[in-house]
Amino acid sequence: MSLQFILTVTLNGLTLASLYFIVACGFSLIFGLMRTVNMAHGSLYMVGAYVGFAVYDPLYASSAWASQAWLIGIVAGIGAAALVGLIMQVAFLGWMQGQELRQALVTIGLSIIIADQILATFGGNPFRFFAPDMLFGPVEVPIIGRYPVFRLFQVILAIAVGVGLWLLLNKTKLGIIVRAGVDDRQMLAACGINVPLVAATVFALGAGLAGFGGVIGATAQPMSLGVDVRFLLMSLVVVIVGGMGSIGGTALGALLIGLAEQWGQVLFPTYSVILTFVIMATVLAVWPQGLLGRKPT
Amino acid sequence: MIVMSTRRWVLTGIGIAFLMTLPLLLPNFWLVNIFGRALVYGIVALSLTFLAHYGGFVSLAQTMIAGVAGYSVAMMAPTAIPLGDVALPYALAIPLAVLAASFAGAVVGLIAVNTREIYLLMITLALAVGFSLFAQSNITWFNGYEGIRNVVGPEIFGRPFRTPLVFYYTALIVAVLLYLLVLYVVRTPFGLVLQAIRDSDRRTAAIGFHVGLHRVASFALAGFIAGWGGVLITFYNIGITPSSIGLWATVGVLIMAVIGGLGHPLGAFIGALIFAMMDTFASSIIGHDRFNTLIGLVFLAIVLLSPDGVWGMGGRLVAALGWRRRNKTAVSGDTR
Repeated sequence: MSLQFILTVTLNGLTLASLYFIVACGFSLIFGLMRTVNMAHGSLYMVGAYVGFAVYDPLYASSAWASQAWLIGIVAGIGAAALVGLIMQVAFLGWMQGQELRQALVTIGLSIIIADQILATFGGNPFRFFAPDMLFGPVEVPIIGRYPVFRLFQVILAIAVGVGLWLLLNKTKLGIIVRAGVDDRQMLAACGINVPLVAATVFALGAGLAGFGGVIGATAQPMSLGVDVRFLLMSLVVVIVGGMGSIGGTALGALLIGLAEQWGQVLFPTYSVILTFVIMATVLAVWPQGLLGRKPT
Repeated sequence: MIVMSTRRWVLTGIGIAFLMTLPLLLPNFWLVNIFGRALVYGIVALSLTFLAHYGGFVSLAQTMIAGVAGYSVAMMAPTAIPLGDVALPYALAIPLAVLAASFAGAVVGLIAVNTREIYLLMITLALAVGFSLFAQSNITWFNGYEGIRNVVGPEIFGRPFRTPLVFYYTALIVAVLLYLLVLYVVRTPFGLVLQAIRDSDRRTAAIGFHVGLHRVASFALAGFIAGWGGVLITFYNIGITPSSIGLWATVGVLIMAVIGGLGHPLGAFIGALIFAMMDTFASSIIGHDRFNTLIGLVFLAIVLLSPDGVWGMGGRLVAALGWRRRNKTAVSGDTR
């Protein structure tokens, strides 16, 4: 096994981890504030990708807008996912706050409907986005050699999302409110904060991140039906391993799972899925709250 | 003994007698594809209802555990295509498969022993999907995407298992026995401790009970129940594929249990019957392509309007009409 090979596989794991991080961040954010396990998170990923593509495709074909098509697609994907998330929170989840199991069941019901409606509206054909020329094609990386530039860009995006979220949560007023809400919602409401509004904002933000991940993921590799299951599963595993509601934990979980998936496929192809679950079971046995999770109070 | 009021015993007896006479009343299609199917899937849903109602564990791993039994029996079945390394007679393969499912149940219980409520739901879901993905990618044992075909089941009294009457009565007898088993277990000291854990695990631990051991044991028992369901489902489908134990199958069993009502073991079978009828007849209402939207909407409506399902709806209806006897709550005891 050459050094080049080892580095390539590790870099593959890193770029995959970046995508998992972007998607799982939204899941973790929603759970952290509202204790809502959003089983429709994978569906929001799919909504982002499909709606984004529906906007992107005609623009890409036209000559005038082709260069901006990808960015507009991203905005549309984020917007669509955030809107669906907002509707979910306001219409269904908000008024059953605190009934965690019922919320999980509601989101399962919604995810079934969303997946079926996407199939009905957009059909089941696989598709992919083409990144702008600047991010398209290979680039020369030391030792590794030629590597798709977009996948490196994914890592930068994930870091940007992570830093952005950290700044949002730690340096802004909204962040202070959100963190206070994690600790004690009732007290926060008593302080005069409109908690349902904050909850709706956070839900839209988390859902928007899933939609963003959808467009990015569909640019990196072709998109097809069934990815909602995969990304819901990965979001679950990443936040279980990393710890609920912690950005650092989500990053660590995404790194572990992304690397394990890529290295698992190289070392023992048939059992790579098992490796992911061995990691999950081990972490749960030793740290039931996840690697960086806080103990529930 | 199973503690029930005389009235309940009479009602249970009438219900079983009615189900026993169904073959006289219904064509074979209804017998096998609606009622037989509802019984075998209802068994898996029953294991979920048992865990959810008496232990407070909403485990999504029950379909996966049924799948463990299904794959075990398929790997050992003498008629399977592809034939496994150890072909055993069904009389041996079926008990071994159920044993494997009980063991798998205990393992799931062990992994999730420190988690509760929503965490338990997430972890069991992850395990379930992981197992299905593994079965899909493994060729040596699970034959990958195609799964294992032609698991026809044993001959009973010289008749093939697929004969409608044989299948229906076997499913009915197994379902009734497991249903009575659940009603019995929840009255034993073990079952009572389980319900105490549900209500407050810390107090139960303070009295001196080993909470973790009881939890693992309840998962093993649920695995035993789901295992029988998995074996019968495999015979019903004449084989097993990874998609039959995947996310949608898992969610399907959850839908059955929730639609029927998690408040009583009977709810599992009611829900499975409703699910089977919708699955069969939805095509004539909105076309089979949009079945998922229909079932999703029904599920959503039930969760939003009546979280305790059809069973709870029925209970409220009875109470509203004033049929309920005044001392009833004192007798039933399993109110939640």
